[in-house]
Amino acid sequence: MAASSTRSTSQLESEPGLPMTNIATAPARWRLKQPSIIPGFGLTLGFSLAYLSLIILIPIAGLFWRSAALGWGGFLSILMDERTLRALYVSFGTAFVAAAVNVVFGVVVAWVLTRYNFPGRRLIDAMVDLPFALPTAVAGIALTAIYAPQGWVGSLFMPFRIAFTPLGIVIALIFIGLPFVVRTVQPVMEEIDHEVEEAAATLGANRFQTITQILLPALTPAILTGFALAFARGVGEYGSVIFIAGNIPYVSEIAPLLIVIKLEEFNYAGATAIATIMLLISFAMLFVINLIQAWSRRRYGNA
Amino acid sequence: MPDQSRSIAPRAPRFRNPADEGLGAKLLLTFLALTFLLFFLLMPLVTVFVEAFRGGWDTYVEALVEPDAAAAIRLTLLVAVIAVPLNLAFGLAASWAIAKFDFRGKAFLITLIDLPFSISPVISGLVYVLLFGSGSLLGPWLKSFGIEVLFAVPGIVLATVFVTFPFVARELIPLMEDQGTGDEEAALSLGASGWQTFWYVTLPNIKWGLLYGVLLCNARAMGEFGAVSVVSGRIRGITTTMPLHVEILYNEYNMVAAFAVASLLAGLALVTLALKTILELRFGAGNSGGRH
Amino acid sequence: MEVTIQNIRKEFERFPALNDVSLKIASGELIALLGPSGSGKTTLLRLIAGLDFPTAGSIFFGDQDASHHSVQERNVGFVFQHYALFRHMTVAQNIGFGLKVRPAANRPPKAEIRRRVSELLEMVQLGGLEKRYPNQLSGGQRQRVALARAMAIEPRILLLDEPFGALDAKVRKELRRWLREFHNRTGHTTVFVTHDQEEALELADRVVVMSQGKIEQVGSADDVYDRPGSPFVFSFIGESSQLPVEVRDGTVLFQGQPIGSAEGAAGAGQLFFRPQDVELVEAQHALFGKITALRRLAGTRIAEIDIANDGHAPYHVEVEVPLHAPVELGSTLRFRPTRWKIFRNR
Repeated sequence: MAASSTRSTSQLESEPGLPMTNIATAPARWRLKQPSIIPGFGLTLGFSLAYLSLIILIPIAGLFWRSAALGWGGFLSILMDERTLRALYVSFGTAFVAAAVNVVFGVVVAWVLTRYNFPGRRLIDAMVDLPFALPTAVAGIALTAIYAPQGWVGSLFMPFRIAFTPLGIVIALIFIGLPFVVRTVQPVMEEIDHEVEEAAATLGANRFQTITQILLPALTPAILTGFALAFARGVGEYGSVIFIAGNIPYVSEIAPLLIVIKLEEFNYAGATAIATIMLLISFAMLFVINLIQAWSRRRYGNA
Repeated sequence: MPDQSRSIAPRAPRFRNPADEGLGAKLLLTFLALTFLLFFLLMPLVTVFVEAFRGGWDTYVEALVEPDAAAAIRLTLLVAVIAVPLNLAFGLAASWAIAKFDFRGKAFLITLIDLPFSISPVISGLVYVLLFGSGSLLGPWLKSFGIEVLFAVPGIVLATVFVTFPFVARELIPLMEDQGTGDEEAALSLGASGWQTFWYVTLPNIKWGLLYGVLLCNARAMGEFGAVSVVSGRIRGITTTMPLHVEILYNEYNMVAAFAVASLLAGLALVTLALKTILELRFGAGNSGGRH
Repeated sequence: MEVTIQNIRKEFERFPALNDVSLKIASGELIALLGPSGSGKTTLLRLIAGLDFPTAGSIFFGDQDASHHSVQERNVGFVFQHYALFRHMTVAQNIGFGLKVRPAANRPPKAEIRRRVSELLEMVQLGGLEKRYPNQLSGGQRQRVALARAMAIEPRILLLDEPFGALDAKVRKELRRWLREFHNRTGHTTVFVTHDQEEALELADRVVVMSQGKIEQVGSADDVYDRPGSPFVFSFIGESSQLPVEVRDGTVLFQGQPIGSAEGAAGAGQLFFRPQDVELVEAQHALFGKITALRRLAGTRIAEIDIANDGHAPYHVEVEVPLHAPVELGSTLRFRPTRWKIFRNR
């Protein structure tokens, strides 16, 4: 998706003696890779950066600063606390399982939506975005109502409990992460060249071989990206989980909840430490996602 | 592009396109997909409305006009009315800078914009508590001017803005990148000013993507829970938004009322999705360029 | 492997893409399916491959009726216009794929597959590129990998769907020459589809000219060029002009004037001739018209001529004019076709 604009390759920016004819403001000129007649660079970039600084950068810097104030010792002692570790384990563990389930079913859903035609397909396709548009708290209470011991589904499985256990958390996270996998995989599936499948068939591959050896490998980067996105989202999820989780410390307490609890106890240090570690892991995930995408772009390119 | 026709020679076995699985496999996959979606998508949605109307229509309306609920609705709308335009302005500015220019650090900027998606909403709220709370520098300083950020509307607006600002930008950036700079350059060469170009040339080109971004931004702004929960203090009737009010009602075991308020939010989500589908039908796949 | 196509009919939702097509392809020949888009040539190719089944009719591979065999069973080598290489696999993996997916009983051991892949790469003159990925290759290289991949399964017949369509002109010329030479070396029965007549005439042993789902003519390059069997073939292959004429008492009459002699029954028809098959004359009984354009073409010139048509739009023909002839724009040219073909009106 590179911008397809026709740009002159003049060396304006490296010749200070030349009169300024372009409209991009002078101070911003050093940043532009090539001169442009389109106005507003300085204005828009400046505004964007200011906005980002105010809203994100400064607050997050504040977090890290506070966290640094704890010192290594303080930081580690909070982290190594049993309750914290268990909460992190619950958060990451359930997010992983939910993302994995979403990968399996998400690929199936994307396949069915992309390749088959049946009445109501459009409607169902639109519905896939529901977890994205529905407030997390609403999802939370609805899921609890269904899977609680008195709920429709929960009562069927009694005495095996679904809600108020880690399993309930997984279910909530599956709901939350569903669109991530489907929407990441769908466009790639739509782009798959029909001829490639026919080519595999002419070479003697049966349908199963074609799917497993040709189609799924081509989808792998998208699947991995979808998994990473669903996972990252699931780790931090709060609203849809706290109702169904039961929130029993050491058992079904998620890390974000622990942060809130610490805040209510005015244990800012504790909250900060946990938040920092979660943030670092989030950044790592973002980094991994970018790596996956860069690798796949390089490998597969535009063959 | 080869045709997907099914031609049947009268005395011959049914042809199967080599790039297709058999009917049996197709039915199985479709069944799996639909069952999965039914369980995980449809059931929760239906439950909201079933539980909301469990007590009948009167109880439903009562729950909504009750003073605290009404206050929550008003607050939610207020926050949305402030946060969404702010994020709209940012989205336009950022996508203009990113799509129309090539500069050092562009990739970093894009990553920065994606940040709220990877951060837990609780942390989004936490950073503001740290920034404006009693132990910080800014908090007491602002308080001396009579400006309360935390446990008041400004804090809620800030947290909401943090969580929802990527939406408009993420819709617009791929869209504008695809469109390139040709149209704008043409307008400029014909003598239009920057603002004229933006208003008459750029804006019409992106209007559907813009609308969808605003819709999503709005839906999330009104539905945000975690971040707002942390900064608002949940003072009933004063700093509770609709999602928070739902939580309060739920914790008091006032299920019907909780679901009643929740149903409004669910209705909003459905309207958002419906509008999105209509937009896509009208404008084709071109408007939603971004990955969600 | 010889292929016999018998009375094939293919309908797409009632639209006949192929209408009663019959053809015999000899073993080891290089045959071209030539025609404009919509002629049904690609459909026919896909039917031979098994990527689609006929609505009626049969396809024989040798003595076997393969009409309803699946594509996997037919063991054909198919090369697509856009290569259809597997992007996530190396060149070696692409070529070896057909061997790898064979059922265990027929699958050669890994070492053997590797050996064959190297051999094939050498054959298509891409030795040493085993570990490259498709996106690291040029268009011409990709197409040769696609060919090697198709050859790896030792197909009974090679089918190429506009194999050079996606390449630029120079590469196309080179690969054309290369394909002919490749075919001479290996001797596989090869069918290729093209809309480029130059390509078909240059490469193929025989050319099958198709139009609107029917075969217009089958023959060598000389046959279709010098002895075209229908108006379509005459006008599709090479340059041509046409005029309505009447045959009466062994004479060809245009607008009532005799311009030559012809055998056969009396009646109206269309006379086709090529620009280079005319002579410039001063005689009475000739065609004449105003030169509206004059352009240089290699060692000669082409004149575009408007012949008057009594109030209606003039007939437009093209005539080759030697460089030394004293003609100019706007002047009247008198000429007579020396070779022509008359197709009677039905």
